[in-house]
Amino acid sequence: MSKQEQPKVNLWKVLTNGILKENPTLVLILGTCPTLATTTQAVNGIGMGIAAMVVLVCSNVMISALKKVIPDSVRIPCYIVVIASFVTLVQFIVQAYAPALDSALGVYLPLIVVNCIILGRAEMFANKNTVLASALDGVGMGIGFTLALTVMGTIREIIGNGTWMSGAEWLGIQNGLNLHWDNPITAFLMAPGGFLIFGFLIATVNHFTHGKVIKKKEFGCAGCPSAAACSAAQKGGAAE
Amino acid sequence: MTQYLIILTGAVLVNNYVLAQFLGICPFLGVSKKLDSAVGMSIAVIFVMALATATTWPIYTYILVPSGLAWLQTIVFILIIAALVQFIEIVLKKYIPSLHAALGIYLPLITTNCAVLGVTILNLDEGYNFMESMVNSVGSGLGFLLAMVLFSGVRSRVDATDNIPKAYQGVAITLTAASICSLSFMGFTGIVDGLFK
Repeated sequence: MSKQEQPKVNLWKVLTNGILKENPTLVLILGTCPTLATTTQAVNGIGMGIAAMVVLVCSNVMISALKKVIPDSVRIPCYIVVIASFVTLVQFIVQAYAPALDSALGVYLPLIVVNCIILGRAEMFANKNTVLASALDGVGMGIGFTLALTVMGTIREIIGNGTWMSGAEWLGIQNGLNLHWDNPITAFLMAPGGFLIFGFLIATVNHFTHGKVIKKKEFGCAGCPSAAACSAAQKGGAAE
Repeated sequence: MTQYLIILTGAVLVNNYVLAQFLGICPFLGVSKKLDSAVGMSIAVIFVMALATATTWPIYTYILVPSGLAWLQTIVFILIIAALVQFIEIVLKKYIPSLHAALGIYLPLITTNCAVLGVTILNLDEGYNFMESMVNSVGSGLGFLLAMVLFSGVRSRVDATDNIPKAYQGVAITLTAASICSLSFMGFTGIVDGLFK
């Protein structure tokens, strides 16, 4: 249990990794449900990103600190309990200080519990690294997630509603920007627009990283704890 | 009776979990490559959704609310679902091995499927009674099955195309195809009013 067992990590790299190189949303393609569902407005994207970041940092720190205590065979249920506790805390804070955000995020706030990014980072990073590195990893991944959601929310809100940052009173921004468009394309606020813009953003990232995302073997399940089962399912075992 | 039909139609077509509400996107993108695995996954989801609702609704209404612990909802529900999935797996393995062989590999995936936790929470948010919750859960599961089966067909066509722009290959073109599927499902908006009112 000495310190030499900890792998040496470059803390700056750990922090910046999640923001660009391994952006959880656009490169690893994790946490797709909240990405698509909460980005109807830029401010909702920011809110969702921050809520997930708080949970991610807290759970990473807690799991990293407890990694010697948690038995290996029941680690996933333990992680889920830790994550669910922090999600409940965040829910209380959001309900108390940003009720508008609470009603905008709706069911997706408690659903942070099953966000692949958080469980994935616990399994892939926090249970192998020091508390400090895990905290930085959480911050980096959280910023990457928030940035991706904000960009997506911005595009959808501007095209679909002709406004930007409206409803951001809880962030201290009054009224936001109104472009006074005659006919905003409302479909972009609905489900099809979400899929389309997400696809477009991934294609853009693909273009500028020269296909790094394409070269990844499959969907971003790599970071997900159930990845092994998932890839078995993809090969199609149901017919046996 | 009509109210159940309204909930069922709404859950399958109008508020389709995948294509309108963005719940369960991970399996939708990950396991929709082949028809048989899409069907297997969906049946496992319907099964777990129904059982999860049958367990969480009474526990919430008769235990958590009377004792003032409704705020523990998130933790309690995810633990119930995780335990339930484990339990189903053990029971199937022991007593119905043929079903376990068919569905076994999908079960561990379902614990972290947001559609299952989502349906249990949404049932309570909507204020459904027990029967309505069960109908909504099965309906949502059927909607998931419908979306998975339709999309696995779309996807095999997309994957067979070889002139996709380089940047769009892979995930991006799949999401674009999903967008068009979702656009066609928007045509069902208002079907409930048209049929039952």
